[in-house]
Amino acid sequence: MPLTLDDRDQALLNGDGGPAAALAMRVVSRTAEVMRAERLVDITGAHIDSCLYNGQASVDFPRRLTEGGAQVVVPSTLNVSSLDLIHPELFRGDDHTASQGRLLMELYEGMGCRPTFTCAPYQHDNRPNPGEHVAWAESNAIVFANSVLGARTHRYGDFLDISAAITGRAPLAGLHLDEHRRATVVFDVSAVPERLITLDAFYPLLGHHIGKRVGRSVPVVVGGPDQVPEHLLKALGAAGAAAGALAMFHFVGSTPEAPTLDAALLGAPAAETHVVTADDLRLARDQLTTSTSSRLGVVSLGTPHYSVAEFGRVVDILDDRKVHPHVRLYINTGRSVANEIALRGWVARLEASGVQIVTDTCTYITPIMEDVEGVAMTDSAKWAYYAPGNLGVDVAFGSVEECIESAVRGEIVRDDGVWVDA
Amino acid sequence: MAGEARGPMLHLEEPISFWGGLDPWTGIIIDQAHPQVGESIVGRILLLPAGRGSSSGSSVLTEVLRAGIGPAGIVMQHADEILVIGALVAEELYDITVPIFTVDDATYRDLTTADAVVMAPDGTITTG
Repeated sequence: MPLTLDDRDQALLNGDGGPAAALAMRVVSRTAEVMRAERLVDITGAHIDSCLYNGQASVDFPRRLTEGGAQVVVPSTLNVSSLDLIHPELFRGDDHTASQGRLLMELYEGMGCRPTFTCAPYQHDNRPNPGEHVAWAESNAIVFANSVLGARTHRYGDFLDISAAITGRAPLAGLHLDEHRRATVVFDVSAVPERLITLDAFYPLLGHHIGKRVGRSVPVVVGGPDQVPEHLLKALGAAGAAAGALAMFHFVGSTPEAPTLDAALLGAPAAETHVVTADDLRLARDQLTTSTSSRLGVVSLGTPHYSVAEFGRVVDILDDRKVHPHVRLYINTGRSVANEIALRGWVARLEASGVQIVTDTCTYITPIMEDVEGVAMTDSAKWAYYAPGNLGVDVAFGSVEECIESAVRGEIVRDDGVWVDA
Repeated sequence: MAGEARGPMLHLEEPISFWGGLDPWTGIIIDQAHPQVGESIVGRILLLPAGRGSSSGSSVLTEVLRAGIGPAGIVMQHADEILVIGALVAEELYDITVPIFTVDDATYRDLTTADAVVMAPDGTITTG
């Protein structure tokens, strides 16, 4: 069945809503055709990734929309941008990038988007409910929306996000539909030693492992603990979406569409089953580490943006100790989380320890970090994947405990005991 | 994504994220974990198994096409909406068309040994 547009869609396409809405509807409907959608569906919200400056095209599209009078018709959050407007002094890039980055932020705010500037809109208020259709871009947000919230979005890119927000419509295809949300690939973690499963780092490493293997299929993890906290599911999804094209996963006993393995599979047999071993996780850890040097230059946490709970862990582990004078420790987060932790008194304590909090953006997408002499350490599989290419640094992946101990001591310290003979 | 192109082929042996995988100012692959790191996509027909990674891949594809340092065409084993959206917007904004075809596994395997390919408006692909 070819795509059928309803009367409202057709009216927008014909220009009844102005030239900007017509352009947005062309982008949505042409994407729908490629996705083999039979019709479009109303969305209740959008998350806009397009506000990061990636050259002139990033500016030309929203400018065309703005000149055509575009306004979003659903609540729309904004992803990270190129600048930290709360701490503008951190930006070390050129003036052109700064001015274009700021212009983009203004153009999207001008179309009615909320200036959230976070890659973790699910840590904001007004999260979508299970079953709601949304149009989210930003790979980690997409996988979180589908997997942890049970909302429905396909794996959208820049430009489609704002086009969906302006038209209020998305293609009814892909992960918007039940049949594509069914798990087909099982990852059984019951053979992984208990001492590894209890590490926070288990989740990003498992996500990296899954992302490398799963392609566009939906995986289900079985044999792990029940009620896994959200920030660990977030780390799993972000890692899988960076290493692969993961847009949705199930985790039996922890994600809403997987109360049981059978529920995640919708009663059908799995196409593939992978038994995950300690060696698989060790390999993932090695792939996310490009240097064995112990010389530490910088530590970056908060990719995706840290939640209040994750800051709480840092405050506990750091315990008011000072970051070593030769090391910078950055933590990326969104404005709303930064406000919340300031009210709790944590920002003052972290800053007194020498921590630099970064908002609105992230240390791996814009020039913020001072020249790094030594290895960059992170608890984020996503940061570890992209930073060598984006920043030209060597990276070492570690748990949040290892990252903070290393930042305090001024050299990379890793607790290899748990990995020996694992 | 219909269109036509001809050019030398670059086989990307693993999926790539255009954002974070490609330098948008030069068209050189910068993903340090990718087998084709250091290769240029400029003017070449990319043969790749699938997309992965960032939603910003759409922006990066549109931008390299605008700047004249984009690929001539893209042939994929598995479709990728993020790249298709980038190509659609390049057509809307700049009237630049880059064809993106999806092929079956056997055709994909055959193409991996080609040096150059022709992508025809009817969707067929020939080597040479």
